[in-house]
Amino acid sequence: MSKVIVVTSGKGGVGKTTTSAAVSAGLAMRGHKTVVVDFDVGLRNLDMIMGCERRVVFDFINVIQGDAKLKQALIKDRRLENLFVLPTSQTRDKDALTQEGVKAVLDELRQEFDYIICDSPAGIERGAHLAMYYADEAIVVTNPEVSSVRDSDRVLGLLNSKTALAEKGDGSAIKAQLLLTRFDQQRSSNGEMMSVEDVLEILAIPLLGIIPESPTVLRASNVGMPVTLDEKSAAGKAYEDAVGRLVGEQIEMRIGSAEKRGFFQRLLKRTA
Amino acid sequence: MFGFSLRPRKPSPAATAKERLQILLAHERAGGASPEFLPLLQRDILEVVRRHMEIDGEQVEVKIERGDELSSLEINIELPGASKIKAKAG
Repeated sequence: MSKVIVVTSGKGGVGKTTTSAAVSAGLAMRGHKTVVVDFDVGLRNLDMIMGCERRVVFDFINVIQGDAKLKQALIKDRRLENLFVLPTSQTRDKDALTQEGVKAVLDELRQEFDYIICDSPAGIERGAHLAMYYADEAIVVTNPEVSSVRDSDRVLGLLNSKTALAEKGDGSAIKAQLLLTRFDQQRSSNGEMMSVEDVLEILAIPLLGIIPESPTVLRASNVGMPVTLDEKSAAGKAYEDAVGRLVGEQIEMRIGSAEKRGFFQRLLKRTA
Repeated sequence: MFGFSLRPRKPSPAATAKERLQILLAHERAGGASPEFLPLLQRDILEVVRRHMEIDGEQVEVKIERGDELSSLEINIELPGASKIKAKAG
């Protein structure tokens, strides 16, 4: 059975698109046929993070409006056999997304794919609302920082009330899990940054994973590669673990620290 | 590490990022990210081909590759196989 999973956060810049790319690549690496859909109409960016920006022909909005078939708008990843991207429009605005249109596209994708990852825009307006509306599960991306945690709490409220599952009224609910990103163990131990336990105590949802702050995330986005494809990246490994948990595996929660520094780098850091 | 290397240098991730952005933005500033004419072009091509043979919209694949120096547009139209044509004639 196929699953629609929304990657959401409320706050911008916490790592939704990075997470959408990393998780969808991780699922495809495990052999699941996966599509990642950009809901940020007007501010297309998933294509850049996935490295397929030069190959966009038709988009989500073209499909909704009947100007192109879904098959024509899907871009096949060149690195992973099971991975596809549905880019959004760069020229339209979010009003081009209609509830019926989104439903029709997601229903068609469900026929074809095991996992449908919806990359939500920031905020709680139309784009974000429709990205979560038909989801079965949610990944709530949160930084250990006050405004991000607050916005995540707000988004959790919306997931529990303004979605198709919640509106059924039979007690069914979206399964929401927390992904803590840009976590720095050292700063947390120093008491500078909230701990994993602090954030979990406040948001009270299951923990899907902890992604350490890592320079490899910027490197991956520079070259248009999901960070899970970088074997040396601590963040990539943490995402792989999170993907394992997402598909139901029992994987011990480890707090990955940043990549091991070489002797010279450590020396330089110390004198800096 | 010491400022030179015998191996040919791979562009740094930052240089790759800059180049990707420059190419993409040049295209976007010139005429919109996803040219609005593409659905229209597809419709027109279908219309012309249909004058000569029967195909449906599902059988058209449009691919684009935006480059620095030049871009390419590739249009594949899947034609019905012999068995289908026979069935139609019969």
